Amino acid sequence: MSVIKDDQRGPIIQVEGLRNQFGSQIVHEDLDLSVNRGEIIGVVGGSGTGKTVLMRSILGLQEFAAGKISIFGKPITGLAEKEELEVRRRFGVLFQNGALFSTLTVAENVQVPLREFHSMTTELMDEIAGYKLGLAGLGPEAGPKYPSELSGGMRKRAALARALSLDPRLLFLDEPTAGLDPIGAAAFDHLILELRDALGLTVFLITHDLDTLYTICDRVAVLADRRVLAAAPIKELLEIDHPWIQDYFRGPRGRSAMAGDRENRKLAGT
Amino acid sequence: METATIHDERTEEGRRLTLHGRLTVRVIEDISPRLREMEDDPVPLTLDLGGMKRVDTTGAWVLYRLVEHRTEQGFITELTGLTPRIEALMAQVGKANQMTTIRHPIRKRHFHLLARIGAWVEGGIYQFGTFLAFLGLTMLALVRALMHPRRLRWLAILRQAEVVGVSALGIVGLMSFLVGIVIAQQGAVQLRQFGAEVFVINLVGRITFRELGVLMTAIMVAGRSGSAFAAQIGSMKLAEEVDAMRTIGMPPIEVLVIPRLIATTIAMPLLAFYGAIMAIVGGTLISWLQLGIPPAIFILRLQEVVPLTDVLVGLIKAPVFGIIIAVTGCFHGMQVEGSAEAVGEKTTAAVVQSIFLVIVLDAFFAIFFTALGWA
Ligand SMILES: Nc1ncnc2c1ncn2[C@@H]1O[C@H](COP(=O)(O)OP(=O)(O)O)[C@@H](O)[C@H]1O
Ligand SMILES: [Mg+2]
Repeated sequence: MSVIKDDQRGPIIQVEGLRNQFGSQIVHEDLDLSVNRGEIIGVVGGSGTGKTVLMRSILGLQEFAAGKISIFGKPITGLAEKEELEVRRRFGVLFQNGALFSTLTVAENVQVPLREFHSMTTELMDEIAGYKLGLAGLGPEAGPKYPSELSGGMRKRAALARALSLDPRLLFLDEPTAGLDPIGAAAFDHLILELRDALGLTVFLITHDLDTLYTICDRVAVLADRRVLAAAPIKELLEIDHPWIQDYFRGPRGRSAMAGDRENRKLAGT
Repeated sequence: METATIHDERTEEGRRLTLHGRLTVRVIEDISPRLREMEDDPVPLTLDLGGMKRVDTTGAWVLYRLVEHRTEQGFITELTGLTPRIEALMAQVGKANQMTTIRHPIRKRHFHLLARIGAWVEGGIYQFGTFLAFLGLTMLALVRALMHPRRLRWLAILRQAEVVGVSALGIVGLMSFLVGIVIAQQGAVQLRQFGAEVFVINLVGRITFRELGVLMTAIMVAGRSGSAFAAQIGSMKLAEEVDAMRTIGMPPIEVLVIPRLIATTIAMPLLAFYGAIMAIVGGTLISWLQLGIPPAIFILRLQEVVPLTDVLVGLIKAPVFGIIIAVTGCFHGMQVEGSAEAVGEKTTAAVVQSIFLVIVLDAFFAIFFTALGWA
């Protein structure tokens, strides 16, 4: 029996009045954000605006100065140990630098959460490791390698496979396509979309990849001036008159991604 | 409801399984073995999934495996009540399906013990060679740095000297003080049998200046700083910081090793002398309390019975031990590769080997100084 009942109503993540501070540097002030069930929300913002810190706060890895964060309708601070475990195993997290366990092989990294929470047969666990690596776009030869023997992009994929290993309800991805080749990045976008449609995943996706934002995100939250300026579909963001938003989406890269998106839609329409 | 139920019935066409509830990773440990059983059952099988509430990729995998396996063997399998979601998931895991090795197996060898001895000897020789090479590189860098003192990183040296020397004052002092007390106390017990308590002063004075002061300090510095050197440099190697230095044009030996080496070499004699003094203080205290020898007399006697050469022996050995500790620590740090485990291994090796080398060298010094007539 699960300890936490997901009430199936309301936003899956709710951040209210969050304030984060390092010494005298205030990273977030009065930040509000809510993430709905089953949506893919993109989080954008300049480097150093606190995207990673926001994700760590939601995950309960970062003590924040003020505010309230709830997941599945429960505040994340002050959860009993058992409840916290229960919540955590519904998370899949891909850290910005992968954070793979360096003493385990890639396949063992994928199996770690399975071993921790379940007692399945070795045979099944090995099969799971195999297809999870396949889903993340790694071949079977990557399984017995150590993280230090992988390229940067492969490490990202291995970390994604580990994040997916418990079939989480809620997936946190910190710049997943940074360091991937464009084909790999497109395949990644496709995978996330498919999983969302098949499993009803909710995805919290930090990215700088404009193509990813256009292709898979239902809404995009813009982090600037220490708070979430707006969280809306890109089309609506384009209407907002804020210099950073305009530069971001209407700059040269933004325009080409927009054009690419239109092209895709046209192709899909015919 | 977090469970799945299987309803198993025999019909005239064959076997019919009706699944209800959830087929997710949480319940898979119960369901998977039951479905695996059916893989080799030649009776035609109908799987009714109409009652499934939620299927995740693990559930889809188990279903896919069952269907694949049966189809391969030519057994009839039919799925009913398949939703597009489940179908999509099964297609997805099917596409991603691959057998992967989890970990390369350790090769089983005949003559297992022999092979291990061989590997051990080979590793030892290799390590000895690389250590000599590292020592050579370090000495070369040191000479170069000393010839161009502007290239010495004074700030780094000072900072390391603070960490290695000043911060160690407390623990080295306390430890030496206690050792002094133990030697004086135990010595007094033995010497009292001969009515020769006064020789406690000879015992404490000579042994601390000549041997124990420097040896105990060296062991403490190896444990505190040798390990720190290995762990710091090792972590930097893992994070590719050392490679980054190389590409920027900062030789890692000059930047990382030389400051630590110089700092330890300077700090060791100072610490060792201080340690010896603290041991004397401990010995003086015990002699006073237990034997009634007033401190003034103790110090006077000390000057008479401890030859200057004893102090010199200690002060000559200390910087050499410092070099050994710093070079061993930095060497093992630079040897780190691959995983966090290697940092631990190399840190251990740094401490064990530097203490071992210090003690071996100490034995050589003992013979050497005796031969010199500094007995
Ligand atoms: N542990 C920390 N200590 C001090 N400052 C930090 C710490 N972590 C992050 N910061 C600061 O918080 C800001 C936001 O960081 P981060 O969330 O990592 O940025 P990004 O949006 O690029 O992910 C940065 O200015 C960073 O310097
Ligand atoms: Mg970041």
